[in-house]
Amino acid sequence: MPGDVSALQLVLTGDPALLAIVRLSLIVSLSAVVLAALIGIPFGAALALIQFPGRQAVIVVLNALMGLPPVVVGLAVFLALSRAGPLGSWGLLFTPKAMIIAQTVLVAPIIAALTRQTIEDLWLEYRDELNAMNVGPVGRVATLIWDARFSLVTALLAGFGRAAAEVGAIIIVGGNIDGFTRTMTTAIALETSKGDLPLAVGLGMVLIAIVIAVNALAWTARRAGERMAG
Amino acid sequence: MFTRRLLMAIAASVVFAGSAFAQDKSILVASTTSTQDSGLFGHLLPMFKAKTGIDVKVVAQGTGQAIDTGRRGDADVLFVHAKAAEEKFLSEGFGVKRYPVMYNDFVLVGPKSDPAGIKGSKDIVAAFKTLKDKGIDFISRGDKSGTHQAELNLWKVAGIDIATDKGPWYKEIGQGMGAALNTAAASNAYVLTDRATWLSFKNKGELVIEVEGDKRLFNQYGVMLVNPAKHPNVKQDFGQQFIDWLVSTEGQKAIADFKINGEQLFYPNASDPGA
Repeated sequence: MPGDVSALQLVLTGDPALLAIVRLSLIVSLSAVVLAALIGIPFGAALALIQFPGRQAVIVVLNALMGLPPVVVGLAVFLALSRAGPLGSWGLLFTPKAMIIAQTVLVAPIIAALTRQTIEDLWLEYRDELNAMNVGPVGRVATLIWDARFSLVTALLAGFGRAAAEVGAIIIVGGNIDGFTRTMTTAIALETSKGDLPLAVGLGMVLIAIVIAVNALAWTARRAGERMAG
Repeated sequence: MFTRRLLMAIAASVVFAGSAFAQDKSILVASTTSTQDSGLFGHLLPMFKAKTGIDVKVVAQGTGQAIDTGRRGDADVLFVHAKAAEEKFLSEGFGVKRYPVMYNDFVLVGPKSDPAGIKGSKDIVAAFKTLKDKGIDFISRGDKSGTHQAELNLWKVAGIDIATDKGPWYKEIGQGMGAALNTAAASNAYVLTDRATWLSFKNKGELVIEVEGDKRLFNQYGVMLVNPAKHPNVKQDFGQQFIDWLVSTEGQKAIADFKINGEQLFYPNASDPGA
């Protein structure tokens, strides 16, 4: 990024470097949320409905994993993807894909835990009905996920918030490479270390504005969906 | 339906991301924060790319971490500044050959009020002794970076065993050069920094250069290809092209031409075999 400019100027002039950073931030975090949802929603729903020994312990652990420290996740993914690690031959370290993997690991427990709670609450409401209609376990999971879809948007947004805000994991596995793996949060960390605090603060404001925009979009989508569902 | 369209857009972006990440002619260089934060790479890499078409991706780390990245095979080229550590890396067989590239120097910066009374001295070792004797606040990188290793070496030359002699005045922050300068600026402490980072640093506050110009503050940078015999994934051809360009007449001139506010930051010396 050019020196001696404010973040506002960069936004107003549509600075290509800044736009690339914003784009990569969104791609990485949204991809991670999609992947984490594909894993977390079915897992959370199944955990809500299926009784098995040790279920309470699994719920406690899952809830605790919502607080996974990003730097620890980053380190674990780094060790796995490093050339000297078990998945080194994939050659993914210091690429955006590695960043998506790390954020997926961070976000999946959040979505799974919130899904589990949402579905379990809904299940109490639907139990008699579904029992009477003799719906099998897969049908129950599908029905409850579908009927909880608007509430689950909040779980996805919680996951997105976590992904968009973290720097600890992606700076380790992405390397903060200019034009390749630099995101909003790693750019803020870099500008802070260069002592350009005004630019760092400005980029922080841009990031917050983007997160608000994504939330507004999701909210609008949810409202529109609810109206259509009647 | 709106939600479905949104989901499709997200799915499309994921697929698109996959194709956008495909890249071929590129190398990964593990280097230090001083070369990146000063803007040197921003100056050199476009020239190198225009000439060879090779994309150079830089991961800026402390020298200790950069060497570890090379040892693990996660980088193709190392561009660092700690000769002893570089030679150890070579002797372990992880590097092919070390080429000297350029030098600059370290400076001791501190508060304008100069509570240690060392401003203007050219004797860094005496200055370090004064800091210790008076127990003046000093920020240490504490991160095994090249600058940290240079600092530890200066304590040793001063006859001070900093591991046992350090008091509450000696603060190891375990972070990069920028963070160390931010900390020193915020707490009116002394800190050893490379001149390039200092010149380009924007949050100097009350900090000024206190001690400079001592021969023992010399800071040599070297470049090495990670050994393809140890790590077959190393892009030997492209990596060597980058090294050859850095030490060529053209690359050396590009380094000399890099200036901030008219001041040259790095001095090319690839032709000095002993560097």
